[in-house]
Amino acid sequence: MSARPIATTRSAAGMPTARLAVWWIIASEIVIFGGLLGSYIMHRLAHGVWADYAAATNPWIGGFNTFVLLTSSLMAVLGHQAAERGDGPRAAKMLYLTCGGGLLFICVKAYEWTTEISHGMTITANTFWSFYYTAAGIHALHVIAGCIIMLFVAQTAKKNLELHRVEIIGIYWHFVDVVWIFLFPLLYIAK
Amino acid sequence: MAETIHVGHAEEHGHHDHHEMSFLEKYVFPLDHKMIAMQYMFTGMFMALIGGFFAYAFRMQLAFPGMDVPFWGVVTPADYNALVTSHGSVMIFWVAMPVLIAAFGNYLIPLMIGADDMVFPKINRLSYQIFLISAIIIIASFFVEGGAFGGAWTAYPPLSTKAQYSLTPIGSTMWITAVALEFVAFLLGGINFITTAMNSRAPGMKMWDIPMVVWMIVIASILFMLSVGPLLAGGIMMIFDQQLGTAFFDPDRGGDPILWQHLFWFFGHPEVYVVLLPAVGIVAEVMTVFSRKKLFAYKTVLYTAIGTGVLSFTVWAHHQFIAGIDPRMANVFTVTTLLISVPIAEMMFVYIATLYGGKITLTTPMLWALAFVFEFLIGGITGIFLGASGNDIYMHDTYFVLAHFHYTFYPIAIIGTYAGFTFWFPKMFGKMMNDGLGKLHFWLTIIPFNLIFLPLFVLGASGQHRRIYDYTNFPELAQPWQQDLRQLATISLVVMLGAQVIFFYNVIKSWMSGPPAGKNPWNSGTLEWTATSPPPHGNWPEGLPTCYRGPYEYSHPDHDKDYWPQNEPA
Amino acid sequence: MSAHEAHGDEFYVKTWAILLVLLLISVLGPLLGHPVLTLITAFGIAVVKAYLVAVRFMHINLTPRFVTYAVATTLVFMLLFFAGTAPDVMKNHGTNWVKPAWIQAEAAYAAEVASGAAGHHGAGGHGEAPHGGEAAPAHH
Repeated sequence: MSARPIATTRSAAGMPTARLAVWWIIASEIVIFGGLLGSYIMHRLAHGVWADYAAATNPWIGGFNTFVLLTSSLMAVLGHQAAERGDGPRAAKMLYLTCGGGLLFICVKAYEWTTEISHGMTITANTFWSFYYTAAGIHALHVIAGCIIMLFVAQTAKKNLELHRVEIIGIYWHFVDVVWIFLFPLLYIAK
Repeated sequence: MAETIHVGHAEEHGHHDHHEMSFLEKYVFPLDHKMIAMQYMFTGMFMALIGGFFAYAFRMQLAFPGMDVPFWGVVTPADYNALVTSHGSVMIFWVAMPVLIAAFGNYLIPLMIGADDMVFPKINRLSYQIFLISAIIIIASFFVEGGAFGGAWTAYPPLSTKAQYSLTPIGSTMWITAVALEFVAFLLGGINFITTAMNSRAPGMKMWDIPMVVWMIVIASILFMLSVGPLLAGGIMMIFDQQLGTAFFDPDRGGDPILWQHLFWFFGHPEVYVVLLPAVGIVAEVMTVFSRKKLFAYKTVLYTAIGTGVLSFTVWAHHQFIAGIDPRMANVFTVTTLLISVPIAEMMFVYIATLYGGKITLTTPMLWALAFVFEFLIGGITGIFLGASGNDIYMHDTYFVLAHFHYTFYPIAIIGTYAGFTFWFPKMFGKMMNDGLGKLHFWLTIIPFNLIFLPLFVLGASGQHRRIYDYTNFPELAQPWQQDLRQLATISLVVMLGAQVIFFYNVIKSWMSGPPAGKNPWNSGTLEWTATSPPPHGNWPEGLPTCYRGPYEYSHPDHDKDYWPQNEPA
Repeated sequence: MSAHEAHGDEFYVKTWAILLVLLLISVLGPLLGHPVLTLITAFGIAVVKAYLVAVRFMHINLTPRFVTYAVATTLVFMLLFFAGTAPDVMKNHGTNWVKPAWIQAEAAYAAEVASGAAGHHGAGGHGEAPHGGEAAPAHH
């Protein structure tokens, strides 16, 4: 692996390149979710009957998943703190725990969806459920992607290399968490 | 943590690993920003030829209905729809975007800000690879069962979502998949451009020392990034509608087709400015060099560009005036649409002011730059007719609209590209282009271009509707004078396409045996001209430049030469 | 960078605890059965949670100010998108168009509410599909 260009090491904007980039990634993600959830909200506000459909979601499962993601976010930020102190192995351990949180989230989601689909609430049942599966599905893809990247970051962090990456993947993970924080009331709570 | 700010000599060590790169490493999977730019450039030009060929095939059908078109055959109605759809999609997503943003962005940003590469070379390479896959998918869609998607590049439902209407069950999904992948590619690329320009400027290069084209590409990337999200989400919704049977855009089952139009145009209109701004930036570079003057009102241009960007998010529904949108909203969008002509007009005035009193040299790139201003003005002014919702109800979906947006996109994507390509050709390949051939190509492109689209304005105003396969079925649209104008447009198109042979001949000949260009053939002041032509990997192996002044210090009274390079200490 | 180290691990654990309390409130809020209160406990608290995560976990306040502006800009553009789109999407009829499915579904729903049977058709239109979970609170 060749050394990175000098361009990457400069920081004329006052912050490290990778952190700057991850914030731009987040900005571009906000509009992806913003467009989708905006479309959902306008349907939701206009269709009284959607309250009826939404009543069939399970806020306890959704709440548990929120708890899982919040906790994994805590692990991510603790990993970042460890990386700040130069403690690579602890940072890696925290990232593995974060990944575990992501995995648990996906498992719970899989259980939840299986139950719902077996009760006839499929993606084609009506537009509410279409939005439900699409929004949560895109979010779940972000969780999976974050987990995979995090495993790579943890591998290098364990050897005390590239520790700044711990913070970067952490910021991304917190963003995925924030998206869920809004998905949760939108899909589960508002009835 | 590699977060300290490196300046000056500290930077000169480290990066350059001197091992010989294999062919694959250098040309197929490169990390060097210049090679990735060339990949984008030539893929884009190849796609432009394909898009031009599509236009040729359906224009032949319109001018000579039912004829056996050479190299294509008889154009069937399904062919016709697939051809117009693919022409629009290819020209915007696979020509204008890769060439103007990705190719010029990749090539120019690191060189103009004095960096050795983009900040994330691997993401850069990935971006091109995703783009290439998307291009392959869109071409491959012609060869699947049912053929390529034929529901227009706007892909309005239900035509795009229901196979029983579009008759392209696979082609329509391939189209939306290709478009979505292309967006992902440019999101990755855009993050690279923005971050590089923000973070990796040469020591001493302040905000106002950045060349205008870099600013423009960055602003365009930000616009793209902020507008494309809803459409990416919409694209996923559309794929689900097509393949899973959801009803996001189906009013019979609780969805809303107008939602797609909003999602599409919320991106689609800023997209016009996404491709416009880089072209405007290229023209700024060319004009200052060949009129030996400072860019008139640098900061004003910049603020104007940002203002245009913000305004461009507020005009999208002027594409939907006859879609049954809320009439009150139509009022709002009319006002914002007319407003956005103000900053664009101001940019054009700034260019004319830059020319005023300058020592103008009419080289090939300068001709292209002047043509950009001239032709784009026609496109802009006809846009005002269409922005007014009352008038648009009559003009909507006629050839007047078509001629209008070709008068904007053609200057952007073709004229802007030629201006940039002929201007930076000496830097890219180290050779000068033949100016005589260049001018011949210029005139043989510009004159036929006007002869294609001026008749279409007339036809559009006479009521000729778009998306009609054969006008002989409509007696009031098939009068002899109308058919004559159609044939004039088509013949001009063939001439214009033929003229591109001169360009490719010129490129290859100049590349092989043109006179060497030297570092700075145009006596330009920006940083890319201080590197050797073509720049090696790492751009300035002897050490990256430091910046001391603005980019357009031409004919400066305190300096003996008429240009003052940015890297020259005072 | 060094500004981050001003906080020890307890700071983050404490933040996490606050977030969990907020989560509990947002789950329990709807049990009170007051729509306005639900709106506040659901979305008001979501905003507070997002703010806490952005500031205390993502350290957005320690990054240069333009990052906050960029993120805010994306949100403003999303509001703009909503404002331009909602007037059309939120109507069931307009100039020369209607959405028949919507009108039928709402009429059926209104009839159901009137007869007190709402809340029992989670899958809407797919027969007597039972709830996704018994624990789901009744919404009226």
